[in-house]
Amino acid sequence: MAISFTLNGKSQSVDVSPDMPLLWVLRDTLNMTGTKFGCGMALCGACTVHIDGEATRSCITPISSVAGKKVTTIEGLAADESHLHPVQQAWMEEDVPQCGYCQSGQIMSAVALLTKKPNPTDADIDDAMSGNICRCGTYQRIRKAIHRAASAAGGKAHSAA
Amino acid sequence: MATASVVNRRDFLKTSAASGAALVIGFHLSPSAFANTAEDQEEKPVNPFDAWVRVTPDNSVTLILGKSEMGQGVYTSLPMILAEELCVDWKQVHIEQAPTNPKIYDHGTGGSGSVAGSWLPLRRAGAAAREMLIAAAAMKWEVSPDTCKATDGTVVHGHPPRRFAYGELVETAAKLPIPDLHKVPLKNSTDFTVVGHDTHRFESRAKSTGAAKFGIDSRRPGMLFAVVARCPVFGGKLVSFDAAKAKAVPGVRDVVAFETKGRGASTTGGVAVLADNSWAAMQGRNALEVKWDEGPAVKESSEELHRQFLENAAKGGNVLRNDGDVNAVLAASKKKIEVAYEFPFAAHACMEPMNCTVQIRPDGAEAWVPTQAPQWAQAVIAEAAKLPPEKVIVNTTLMGGGFGRRYQADFVMEAAQVAAKSAGKPVMVLWTREDDMQHGFYRPASYHKMQGALDANGNLAAWKHFQTSTSIAAKWSEKGMNDPGLGEFGSGATIPYVTPNIRLEYTHAESSIPRAWWRSVEHSSSGFVVESFIDELAAAAGQDPLAFRLKLIGADRKIPQFGQDRGDYPPLNTARLKGVLQLAAEKSGWGQPLPKGQGRGIAAFYSFNSYTAAVAEASVQNGAVRVRRLVYAVDCGRPINPDGVRAQVESAAIYGLSAALHDAITIKDGRVEQSNFNDYDMPRIRETPLTEVHVVMSKEDPTGIGEPGLPVVTPAVCNAIFAATGKRIRRLPIRPEDLA
Repeated sequence: MAISFTLNGKSQSVDVSPDMPLLWVLRDTLNMTGTKFGCGMALCGACTVHIDGEATRSCITPISSVAGKKVTTIEGLAADESHLHPVQQAWMEEDVPQCGYCQSGQIMSAVALLTKKPNPTDADIDDAMSGNICRCGTYQRIRKAIHRAASAAGGKAHSAA
Repeated sequence: MATASVVNRRDFLKTSAASGAALVIGFHLSPSAFANTAEDQEEKPVNPFDAWVRVTPDNSVTLILGKSEMGQGVYTSLPMILAEELCVDWKQVHIEQAPTNPKIYDHGTGGSGSVAGSWLPLRRAGAAAREMLIAAAAMKWEVSPDTCKATDGTVVHGHPPRRFAYGELVETAAKLPIPDLHKVPLKNSTDFTVVGHDTHRFESRAKSTGAAKFGIDSRRPGMLFAVVARCPVFGGKLVSFDAAKAKAVPGVRDVVAFETKGRGASTTGGVAVLADNSWAAMQGRNALEVKWDEGPAVKESSEELHRQFLENAAKGGNVLRNDGDVNAVLAASKKKIEVAYEFPFAAHACMEPMNCTVQIRPDGAEAWVPTQAPQWAQAVIAEAAKLPPEKVIVNTTLMGGGFGRRYQADFVMEAAQVAAKSAGKPVMVLWTREDDMQHGFYRPASYHKMQGALDANGNLAAWKHFQTSTSIAAKWSEKGMNDPGLGEFGSGATIPYVTPNIRLEYTHAESSIPRAWWRSVEHSSSGFVVESFIDELAAAAGQDPLAFRLKLIGADRKIPQFGQDRGDYPPLNTARLKGVLQLAAEKSGWGQPLPKGQGRGIAAFYSFNSYTAAVAEASVQNGAVRVRRLVYAVDCGRPINPDGVRAQVESAAIYGLSAALHDAITIKDGRVEQSNFNDYDMPRIRETPLTEVHVVMSKEDPTGIGEPGLPVVTPAVCNAIFAATGKRIRRLPIRPEDLA
């Protein structure tokens, strides 16, 4: 049975098993590989996407639960090629990524944080980002990049495109 | 995309015919095999090169070489070196993965060796291209080359200057003889404008937008996704399986059993479930009914291994080094200490689980592999496909972490075996996190008995280091070829602390658990042991840990690396070691008071020919360690991209903290007890100390930096815990009972 939802601003319909996690629908059915598989148990945050604006682990989110909702992935964050999201811009300016594998999830968590708290404290960052593992240990730069993105926006909330 | 054909200058000239011409210079990253004859630059049956620089009429510069990007930044640092000598903006330099050439077996990325090994070859190749472009311009202008200068991708001459863009010179330059790469003039380092300057990483954008393609992101028309059921006990074998329920799972296409064996296999094989998508393959595997013969390793456990360690320690080991008379001094000494340190197995836990995509057709094979060792991958695929290696194209992808794990070929072997049974379809074998955690190659478990004696003046009278471990050498070497021993000590065999009496002993501990190179390899344990024990000796001598180290390192001198004096191993330069110790101490405010309950610890170590020191500030609250601050000083020779160096050290610090604070792979009934990040957790952002990395702007040739940040962080932290609480940590990870 087809399941319909909004993906990065466009309507999307997929005909897959209803218990198939959103992660695998994105990666294997739709070939949108920016969202990563890390653990399959919502332990590492590599698969983080936004569902109706909430940072959500797509690896344990059955596709059936997404019906009618708005899903945003890393591919849908930038307005267009020449206008990256301020968080992505900050990530580049701080040279956050090393291997880069976890960074889609890190960025999605950071954007969700800044949407709710445009000027997060270090403690806010710890709370919002501790579900995202980075094996390269880029945490210090993640923290700097979040503060940089916050000040670039002048304390106003970011929103995903 | 890479091609499997042997690439040489003529091929390049042919393939670039569409764009007119190309200036191509082949070179070799291994200095010992450095090819530089005119004949080598032309077609030969076996092309001797493993790297090329290509300049084309559109002004683009391509660097083609077999170095894999796994986060360490070689796609930035290596083009920077070439750009420096070639006098172009480094962003103009594109990197392409060199095709795997079965006749050249030294493509590989590891050992913190990419920048160190590429420094001179890349400079020479860049300088040769520059000189040829200058010569071409001089010919066109009919002036002496000496009056022309290369700058910013152009050659300029005269006042007011006239100029040619490199692209305009390519056709003429390509016809000139290639200069002797050993004799080509190199830039004076005082003229460097790229090397030594903080540079943004090449792939930051792709890695911030989801566009970067890792191995796991490989997608081919008609491909199948497979997961594999493996015996949970190491060395266990498949007896039988029933695929009926697995095949009933929607999306599952096939179930095949396969074997893996020989060098590099992590298991004996397994049963693969192939499906239209990864999820269906996982569901199919859950439904599979498999009987295993668990084999003899089922008796193994971490407890049993610990008993083996204690027995080995009681017996003493093979004597690898024996300066003076340690045993006599220890027997007679009035001030001596004897302690033991112990390490568990550790997993790499790359964020991108192991995976490999292979397609095998009767006439050739192609693979998409996140690998540090593309040529090994090519060899195992060729074997599975029953094809000659040159018929196998290996596309090296970006890697979601490597840390040594992706130097292995086990995951490639599995994918090749499954693809060989898949009628020409491309197949990705994807490991789940549990597969990755339970079927790895682990950092060896080890046990170190240390004995030291101090003389009446507080000098080091004797140093005895007995080690027993599940050695890497015994796993990888033919018996008798490379008996386990010194290799398991790393720089622990060449301590910088002056003593007339030093003795090293070693005993290999038997184990079926696969083990191999984990970030910083043997230095990860020997750094902890040496730098913890010297701290214990400082305390026993009643001396400040920094002053004690500096005193025992003593005069400026170069100490040959013990047992490695015949090869390419430079000696340990005590001035550089003292330099980083003093710099880290100064920047950390060593000696200044800290709030109650906090302590500072220091450590310094030499590894991968680089010098690192760290000062940690730590406290213990409610039975948990809190590392507040880390101050590093590193001397890795001339830093190419200083901010890249800082990033690598920040990264190694967190990797080391994971081993100090959290992680142990433990064995019970021959299998790994941990399965995912719930029981093998990683440091999180909230545990991240404020980290400063001070990079020595050395003029020495560059040395390693991907790994050397690691060996000092664990001893610095544990020495800080001692300073804060008086408790010595002698086994990792730190346990609450060791802090009580």
